[in-house]
Amino acid sequence: MRIRDLTGRAGPATSLLIKGPAGSVAKKAAALLLVSVGLAGCITVNAPEEPIVIELNVNIRQEVIYRLAQDAGDTIEDNADIF
Amino acid sequence: MTKNLTRVVLAATAFATVAGGLAAPAYAQRDPAYASARSAGLVGEKMDGYLGIVVASTPELQRIVNDINIKRRALYSERARATNATIEEYALTAGCQAILKTEPGEKYQAPDGSWQTRTSAPPQRDSRCP
Repeated sequence: MRIRDLTGRAGPATSLLIKGPAGSVAKKAAALLLVSVGLAGCITVNAPEEPIVIELNVNIRQEVIYRLAQDAGDTIEDNADIF
Repeated sequence: MTKNLTRVVLAATAFATVAGGLAAPAYAQRDPAYASARSAGLVGEKMDGYLGIVVASTPELQRIVNDINIKRRALYSERARATNATIEEYALTAGCQAILKTEPGEKYQAPDGSWQTRTSAPPQRDSRCP
């Protein structure tokens, strides 16, 4: 019984909007929705606690390194006196 | 006839082995000063493909490192042009490979910038290394 009571009271937030009983109730609901969306947005844009680490040569992409790997390995083997 | 041919082939093989054995090390060996600084952990392989000084710098170490790095840069420049890459890209790739080839006891630079001593375990390398 209690469960049904609670369900009955909580329901209108959506059903009122769907039925659209023109006027202040729908506007209030819409405003509430906007406020909660706004609040949710605020929470997600919190600054990270960890400091942002900028990686060395971050502009060099992994696929470039993979493409050059074989050639670089051969170069090192062929010039072992300076490696 | 067959015997003669075999003898010629054997002689040629022997000559090639001797010539190769003589020529290769003379070309490829590290300078003794560099070799000893490297095995003593005074210099190490940096992430960027160049040699770095691990301990307090001395003019002698600076000379060794500069000499190697000038030669490496020339080589990277040439190979980067041949492979349509930038010098930095080629050097970073060579750094990945050079760190991988370090031997236990030698020094290398980890991704956090610290100097590490190579053990028998794989070295700590940049996440982009192959």
